[in-house]
Amino acid sequence: MTSIPAPTSPAHTPTPPIPLSAILKTFFWIGFFSFGGGLSGWIHREVVQRHRWMTDDEVLAGIALAQVLPGANVTNLAVFVGNRLRGIPGAAVALSAMIGGPMVLCILVLLAYGTISQIPVLHGAVDGVAAAAVGLNLRIGIVGATRVVRRIGPTIAMLATFIAVGILHWPLVPVVLVIAPLSIASVWPRRSAHG
Amino acid sequence: MDDNNGFFAPYLALVAVLVPFSLVAIGGGPAIFAPLQHESVDVRHWLSAREFIELFAIARVAPGPGSMLSTLIGWKVAGWSGALVATLAMFVPSSILCVGVARVWSRYRGRAWHHALEEGLAPIGTGLMFAGALAIFRLADAGPLAWGTAAAVAAMLTWRPRTHPFILLGMGAALFALLSLLPA
Repeated sequence: MTSIPAPTSPAHTPTPPIPLSAILKTFFWIGFFSFGGGLSGWIHREVVQRHRWMTDDEVLAGIALAQVLPGANVTNLAVFVGNRLRGIPGAAVALSAMIGGPMVLCILVLLAYGTISQIPVLHGAVDGVAAAAVGLNLRIGIVGATRVVRRIGPTIAMLATFIAVGILHWPLVPVVLVIAPLSIASVWPRRSAHG
Repeated sequence: MDDNNGFFAPYLALVAVLVPFSLVAIGGGPAIFAPLQHESVDVRHWLSAREFIELFAIARVAPGPGSMLSTLIGWKVAGWSGALVATLAMFVPSSILCVGVARVWSRYRGRAWHHALEEGLAPIGTGLMFAGALAIFRLADAGPLAWGTAAAVAAMLTWRPRTHPFILLGMGAALFALLSLLPA
């Protein structure tokens, strides 16, 4: 009765497993450059656009899950992607790659802090990286939005989430718990034709 | 605070403080900064209030998620090994929970209802991406320059999707660094 073909999901063709080293490399560099906020946009870019390991919807749904669950959003998304690609080893590799570099670097920054805090250029550079990173996220937001606006339910869900969390600063979890069922209901497969 | 009588005591204390925080830090570091400050400054006396603020600033300047603050606290408590223990205590519990959810999630891939869940959650993820952009800029007290840079990067990626993020992040860094050299 629910034999509706999933409209946009690609066929699950058997492909050779993605090497753990590729996961390591991808997430190491993303972690290395994740200044002042998430680089979920970069993860999306690598995983969906560049490597075509996962679909848009898969990663965007992962972004929602990653934010609702406790823990840093980017590391949760890394774990989610890693698990999807290679199970628990994939998740472990993605997580260690993501936090290994920053762990060492932040201590080096701590050790050099007395010197660094005297150099305003470095503060500027860090703010610049953070601003550019927001641009990566905006781009993925735009990609998601162009997919969403074809349907009224998801469009309302997207706008409501943005307004509630971004503008009104309502707490994330209750907001998602209210909006998610409504959004999902609006795209729930009908028995006959697909809405 | 006389619980330092044993080689493992400082590590156990870090684990005892950070593991619960790991499991309640919804939205990442910002959710737990206030209670973490209370615990590490007022209760455990690991560092002074001023040092805490300093570590917060360093975590913001250094790469990595904001919860890397716990790594720095671990370093203050017990050096490199303390940093490692604190990092694991902060990131592993929440990640195990996340893997659990992810495994249940991916078990049902391909079913029609699972596709509906994904399609229903994707717009929420999208809305959160926009909200996150707003939040980062509010936190960083950013002006038109930051917004302009972000918009330019988004436009560049729309025009040339293959542009490598390194190039864009590097250009952002160079632009801001140059402007910070200008006399105010």
